[in-house]
Amino acid sequence: MPKAKVNGVEVEFEPGMTVLQVAELAGEEIPRFCYHERLSIAGNCRMCLVEVKPGPPKPQASCALPAADNQEIFTNTPMVKKAREGVLEFLLINHPLDCPICDQGGECDLQDETIGYGRDDTRYQENKRAVEEKYMGPLVKTVMTRCIQCTRCVRYVAEIAGVPEIGMISRGEDAEITTYLEQAIHSEMTGNVVDLCPVGALTHKPWAFNYRPWELKKTETIDVMDAVGANIRVDARGSEVMRVLPRTNEAINEEWIDDKTRYACDGLMRQRLDKPYVRKGKQLVEATWAEAFAAIAAKVKKAAPDRIGVIAGDLQDAESMKAALDLFTALGSPNIDCRQDGMVLGSGPRESWLFNTTIEGLEQADAVMLIGTNPRLEAPLVNARLRKAWLASGVRIGVVGEQADLNYGYHYVGAGIASLQQMFDGHDKIAAQKPAFIVGSGVLRRPDGAAILNAIGAGAAKFGVVKDGWNGFNVLHTAASRVGGLDMGFVPGKGGLTATDMARKGALDVLFLLGADEIDLSASDAFTVYLGTHGDAGAHKADVILPGAAYTEKAGLYVNMEGRPQLANRAVFPKGHAREDWAILRALSESLGAKLPYDSLNALRAKLIADHPTFGQVGYAPGSKPAALDLVKLGAPGKVSDEPFKSPVTDFYQTNPIARASVTMAECSALAASLRSKPAAAE
Amino acid sequence: MVGILEDKDRIFTNLYGLHDPGLEAAKQRGAWNATKDILSCGRDWIINNTKASGLRGRGGAGFSTGLKWSFMPKEVREGRPHYLVVNADESEPGTCKDREIMRHDPHLFIEGCLVASFAMQAHACYIYVRGEYVREREVMEAAIKEAYEAKLIGKDNIHGYDFDVYMHHGAGAYICGEETALLESLEGKKGQPRLKPPFPAGAGLYGCPTTVNNVESIAVVPTILRRGAAWFAGFGRPNNTGTKLFCISGHVERPCNVEEAMSIPFRQLLEDHCGGVRGGWGNLKAVIPGGSSVRMIPAEQCEDLPMDFDALSALKSGLGTAAVIVMDKSTDLIKAIARISYFYKHESCGQCTPCREGTGWMWRVMERMASGEADPKEIDMLLEVTTQIEGHTICALGDAAAWPIQGLIRHFRPEIEARIAQYRSGKPHVQGATLAAAE
Repeated sequence: MPKAKVNGVEVEFEPGMTVLQVAELAGEEIPRFCYHERLSIAGNCRMCLVEVKPGPPKPQASCALPAADNQEIFTNTPMVKKAREGVLEFLLINHPLDCPICDQGGECDLQDETIGYGRDDTRYQENKRAVEEKYMGPLVKTVMTRCIQCTRCVRYVAEIAGVPEIGMISRGEDAEITTYLEQAIHSEMTGNVVDLCPVGALTHKPWAFNYRPWELKKTETIDVMDAVGANIRVDARGSEVMRVLPRTNEAINEEWIDDKTRYACDGLMRQRLDKPYVRKGKQLVEATWAEAFAAIAAKVKKAAPDRIGVIAGDLQDAESMKAALDLFTALGSPNIDCRQDGMVLGSGPRESWLFNTTIEGLEQADAVMLIGTNPRLEAPLVNARLRKAWLASGVRIGVVGEQADLNYGYHYVGAGIASLQQMFDGHDKIAAQKPAFIVGSGVLRRPDGAAILNAIGAGAAKFGVVKDGWNGFNVLHTAASRVGGLDMGFVPGKGGLTATDMARKGALDVLFLLGADEIDLSASDAFTVYLGTHGDAGAHKADVILPGAAYTEKAGLYVNMEGRPQLANRAVFPKGHAREDWAILRALSESLGAKLPYDSLNALRAKLIADHPTFGQVGYAPGSKPAALDLVKLGAPGKVSDEPFKSPVTDFYQTNPIARASVTMAECSALAASLRSKPAAAE
Repeated sequence: MVGILEDKDRIFTNLYGLHDPGLEAAKQRGAWNATKDILSCGRDWIINNTKASGLRGRGGAGFSTGLKWSFMPKEVREGRPHYLVVNADESEPGTCKDREIMRHDPHLFIEGCLVASFAMQAHACYIYVRGEYVREREVMEAAIKEAYEAKLIGKDNIHGYDFDVYMHHGAGAYICGEETALLESLEGKKGQPRLKPPFPAGAGLYGCPTTVNNVESIAVVPTILRRGAAWFAGFGRPNNTGTKLFCISGHVERPCNVEEAMSIPFRQLLEDHCGGVRGGWGNLKAVIPGGSSVRMIPAEQCEDLPMDFDALSALKSGLGTAAVIVMDKSTDLIKAIARISYFYKHESCGQCTPCREGTGWMWRVMERMASGEADPKEIDMLLEVTTQIEGHTICALGDAAAWPIQGLIRHFRPEIEARIAQYRSGKPHVQGATLAAAE
C-alpha cells in the first residue's frame, strides 16, 4: 500500500484516497464545509486547504486532491493556518452573524470553525449581502442570507434523493441556492438537506425556534415508521420529544432518514391516550386501571377461550407481543395474529418472510425485480439504496405493478401477475449472477396472495434467485413489528382465526387490540379492548382503552425487514397514567387469572430469547447465508387473478397513528395530494 | 523600416481585413498550402516541430503548445475519442486579436484545427466562440462551410483524415474562457471551472481526453510547419520566440492590432505602430501589458522593456494575451483599477469562496479608495485580502482579480494615500481625519 507522511507521521493508505482522507487516517482534523463523504466532491468552500510536497508553493484543497505515494502533507503550517483564516474571513463577511436567533446555533460547522480560525473582529466595512428567502416546502425553512454556497444540498437532492430540484442560480456574489421555481422538493427524504447544511441556511421548519441543541437529552434508538428499522437519535426536553435525527448505520440507513421518521414526532404529543377509559353506554369515560381491568376480566371470564382473540399492531415492540402471545396462549385462545393486513406469510422457514438480500446487500445485486411494491413510498431508504446501486453499478431494475416515479430508471414489465408469468415463461434463465426479487406486502395481502407467492417462488427458483452464497428472495414489509411477530409465531394457532376473520361479525366475544389501528373493525361486534397510544381507529372502536407507551417511551426489541433485531431505548416517559405495554399486560394477566411468569422487562426479554433465539442476535441480520429456503414451496398453489398489483401505501405521510396525529405530516400529505393531482409546471 | 517584423514574415497577412477572407483568397495568401504534406510527416513530427518552434500558448498562461499536445494519450481507447477544443471566448479586457483572426483569416485557423487535431488524433474539433462575436461566428461558419465543400475537412476529405469542426456559441461569460468552465459550458452545463486534477488531457470534454488551445496558438501552427520551426524560433529572445499579435489600446495616438516579433521593446512597439504615447513618451504613466488581469508597470520600467513572457514576469507582471493597455498621466489609475475590480466581481462564477466573496469586497474598497473615502489602513488590508484570494481558488480568476490591485498598490501607493488625504482635508467630521493628530 502507498505511504504518505502527515505532519511527519507516516501512514499507509488505500490507493485512490484523497489527501483529506489520508490526513484523517493520521488523526488530523481537516475543517470542511462543502466536502461530505457520501456526496460528490465539489471543492468549492476552500476550507480544507493543506500544504503538500511535492506540489506548487500554494495551499491545495485536500478534499479534491488524490493522495500520492511518498507525499508529504502538512496540516498545521503557518501557510495552512493563514489560508484557512483567509477563507473563513471571506465566509463570514457576508454571513449575518445572527447566531443568537439561528436554530443551527450550537451545532453549526461555521461556528465551530470560527472558534479555530476566526478573527476577533471584522475588517469588512461594507454592507452585508442580503438574500431573499426561498420556499422549499413545509419541512425546510430557509434563511438564505446565512448560506455559504457549499452546494451540499444541491448535490444531495441530485445524487441521493434523485430529484434534482435544488440548484444554484446567478453567479459571483449574487449566487443563490433555490428550488426549481420555488416549489417544495418532491421527495420523501428532504429533511436530510437540513442535516447536511453546515450553517443555518436550511433549518427544520416544523421545529423552528423550539429548542437549543444543548438543552436536549439525546437517546439512541430505533425508528418504527416503516420496517426498515432506521437508526435514530431522539432528542427530548422534559417529557416532550423535540426532534428525531438519524444515526449512522451503514447496513441500514447510512446516515439518512425519511421525512416521516423525522417529522412525525409532533404526533407523539397529540391525540394521546393518557388515562384508561371504559365505555359506559355510548360514551367512553375515564376510569382507573383497576376498573378497566375489572371490566375486561368480567368479559373474558364469560367468554369461551376460542371466542377471544388478539391482534397486534404495526408499531409494537417484540416484548409486548411476547407478553400478549403468552397471555392468550395461557388463556387457551388460538386466535392470535400480528398480520392486520391479512398477509399470507407466517408458516414455513423464517427466510420466507425476510428481506434476505439485506439492504446493504442490494448494492451487490445485478438485477432487481420489484413485484407489487413502490419502495419509494413503502421504504424510502430501501429505495435510496436501490438508487445508489443503480448509480454505482447500473443494476437492471424491473417493475411489476404500479408504474411510479422511483427516482431511477427501470424496465416496466406489466401491472399484474400475467406479465410476470409471461416473463418467467419467455426466458429459460436470467442473465444475472445475483438476481434479487423484492415482493411487496401489497401482493401478499390479497385473497390470492398465497397462490401468487407460489407462482413468484416458482419463477424465482427458475432464475436462480437463491443459490450458494446468495439469497435474492426478499419481502418488503411496511410494519415495524411484523417480522418480530412472525419470528415469535404471533399467528393463529390450531383452528385459530386470522385477523381478517376475527374482524368479522360474530367471530369473537372479546377482541384485544394491541395497538392495532390499520384493520377495518366496522363489522365486529365483539367487546373490544384497545391497548395503544393514540385516539385512532382502534380506540374509537374500543370498549376499554388501556393507555400504552409509544416507541419513544419504552425500551424494546424491533426486528426489521432483514430479520435484524435492534434495541430501542426509552427517550421520555409514557404520558399521564399510561404505562409500558408489557407492564399493562403483566398486570392484566393477574386480573384474568393467568399470571405471566415475569416481573421485569429483563425477565420477559430473557424468556423471549430463550423461546426464540433469533431475538438475541441484536444487530445481526442473517442475510445471504446458505439457507434452506425452498422457493417452490412458498405459498400455496391456487387460482390467481390478474388484477394489477397495488402498493399498500397510497399516502406516505399517513401510515400509522403517530403520523396521522402529526400536524406536520398532515401538511405534507395535503401538499403531496395537491402535487399528485396537478402536473409539474414543465410538463 | 517600421517595427522589427518584416512583411514577408507575417503569418496573418490579412489581419486588417483588406483582402477577402474567403477560401480562394486565403489560398492565394498561403492557407491550405501543402497541408497534406504536413500531415504526411506524421504526428510526432508535428508535435516535435511545434515544440522546437518554441510556441508558447497565446491565451495568456504561456505554456508550451507542443508540450501540451504531448500530454494527450498516445493511443485512442475504445469509446474515449480525443477532442480538440479551441478557446475563442476572447473576453479579457483589452484583448481583440482572436476576433481579427476569425473574421479575416479564418482559413488559417481552420487549417490549424486540422493539423492540431491530427497531431492529437482528434477527429472532432469544437470552437467555442464568445457570445458577443456574432459577425465573427458568421464568417467562421461560412469559412467552415467552404472548407467542407472543398473537401478540405469533413468525411473523406482530400487530406485523408476524417475531421469535423463545430462552432459553439457561448453566452458571453468571461469565466467560460477558463478551459474547464468552457468544457462545462460546451457540455451544456453552467459554466463553472472544474477541479484539477484531472486535467483535460486525461478527462476533458464528456470525460474524454481533450486539449484546449487558444485561437492564435492554433492558427499559427500551419505556417510554422510550412516555414520551419527554426524560422519561427528566429524571432524574439530564447524561450520567448515567434511572432505575436499585440493589441494596443488606451492612450496612444493610433490604437491598433499588430503582428510583431516577440521581445520587441515596448517603446518601439508603441512608437513604430501606434504613433507613440498620447502627448509624448514623457506623458506615459503606467501600462497594463497583458490584458486586465496582470499587474501594471509604471512608466519608468517601460523604457527598454522587451515585450515577452519572461521579461514581464520578472517585473511581477505578465505578457498574458499581449493586450497592452497604455495609460498616460491624465489617467485616474485608482478609478481604472476599481473598474477592473468591478469587472471581476461581475464575472466571478460564485463557485468557490475566496473569489465569490473577495471580489466584491475588493471592488467596494477600491471604489472608496477611488473617491478617497477609504482609510489609509485599508491599503494594507486590501493588499492582504488580495493575497488571501490569490492561489486559494479553483481557477485563476481569483488571481486575475487580485493582481491588478496588487500592481496598483505596489507602484502607486502614494497616489492612493494622497487621494485619501485630499478627501479628508477640510472635512474634520470624517472619521480618522482629526484623530490622526491625537494618536
